[in-house]
Amino acid sequence: MKFVEEFRDAELGAALAAQILSLLEPDRHYKLMEICGGHTHAIYRYGIDDLLPDEVEMVHGPGCPVCVIPMGRVDDGIAIAGHEGTILACFGDMMRVPGSERTLLEAKAAGADVRVVYSPLDALRIARENPDREVVFFAIGFETTAPSTALTMMRARDEALANFSCFCNHVAIVPPLQALLALPDLSLDGFVGPGHVATVVGARPFDFIPAEHGKPFVVSGFEPLDILQAIEMLLRQLAEGRREVENQYRRVVPAEGNPVALKAMGEVFELRESFEWRGLGEIPRSAFKLTAAFAAHDAELRYELPGRSVADPEACQCGEVLKGAIKPWECKVFGTACTPEHAIGTCMVSPEGACAAYYNYGRFAREGTPA
Amino acid sequence: MCLAIPGQVLEIVDEPNRLARVDVAGVKRNVSVALLDDDDGGVGPGDWVLIHVGFAISKVDEDEAAATLKLLEEMGTEYEQELDELKGSAIE
Repeated sequence: MKFVEEFRDAELGAALAAQILSLLEPDRHYKLMEICGGHTHAIYRYGIDDLLPDEVEMVHGPGCPVCVIPMGRVDDGIAIAGHEGTILACFGDMMRVPGSERTLLEAKAAGADVRVVYSPLDALRIARENPDREVVFFAIGFETTAPSTALTMMRARDEALANFSCFCNHVAIVPPLQALLALPDLSLDGFVGPGHVATVVGARPFDFIPAEHGKPFVVSGFEPLDILQAIEMLLRQLAEGRREVENQYRRVVPAEGNPVALKAMGEVFELRESFEWRGLGEIPRSAFKLTAAFAAHDAELRYELPGRSVADPEACQCGEVLKGAIKPWECKVFGTACTPEHAIGTCMVSPEGACAAYYNYGRFAREGTPA
Repeated sequence: MCLAIPGQVLEIVDEPNRLARVDVAGVKRNVSVALLDDDDGGVGPGDWVLIHVGFAISKVDEDEAAATLKLLEEMGTEYEQELDELKGSAIE
């Protein structure tokens, strides 16, 4: 209970922990997956896994957008940045993600013009300021981020900004969940649903999880109390024999999502036939590309890209971590050859990656030293 | 880039493009509020919003904004990095 004091309402935290204990069936082990990297981060940061009874195990899902980018796509980005006169704009989190030979940070050090931007709209501004240069935005992210790129592309079109294009790596949240649920050896009892993605897509796209797979799903906020309450709601559903999509984060997430965002995405993007996910392999209709109407701003059409599929280094077990099959510390290179400073795998690069979150907040507790 | 940080709308600075000046923990920058447009005219001065990669993605009340900000401050480095990147932003 040592972490309860940090919660917004310590009393409510303690009450939830007691509720959780009372909902457990004797001799049953519960495996719950939190999908979003932000949740993974909060679970370790606030010691929520320490607060839970031993019977309740949290496994970490594939919801960190940086972690799921395969090495081949990083290589493609580096190839774009290597073109004379091209500026590649990307989020800071992408800079240390390893490609097959190097990172964007190393490419920049070697002379490529790679710039960290806060927003796709900053990439657009760089294009306006550099009319004689090609500016490419390296777009990543789930449905939380994709609408921002969509609106940016619409402005690029409206301004006829011919030197601006997008290297699109936006991905969808539902297909990897379908892929996970199809794995024979992965037994999950329920899901803590991603709060920010749900502000865009709403709660309905997750209906198939209770309907087709008989598992409860609770959309959750990001405060420790939110996550604890979502876990309580999942266990309550299981105890009462209900299987539904519930919304713990109702104060932010509308059931129907954001219609403006969905409309913008529908206008700018279409689903790819298939996309490679790091650790999960090819997943059909799981990622977005620009529609033909935006072909003039599509970096994949403007540049000749290597487009190779590159296997992860043998030592790297990010795939197993992303599937929730192993814990971060069970990876052979965790904390030794692979650290946030010198990462082998993507899960150690992004602060939302399960390995980085565990490395930063969890490892001391696991080693038996009180945190 | 994964964070959504709370800010308060100060004014709409570019009506056609739906850009607003917001205050995020004292850092004043422009963000797009286009995703929050609705039949009631969307967000306006005084409203609190969660901001992700330069776009307001949801409207929240002041208590929710304060609680989220406190949580982010406790987070340390990642929040500071996000704020640094925001400081480098100049959306027009």
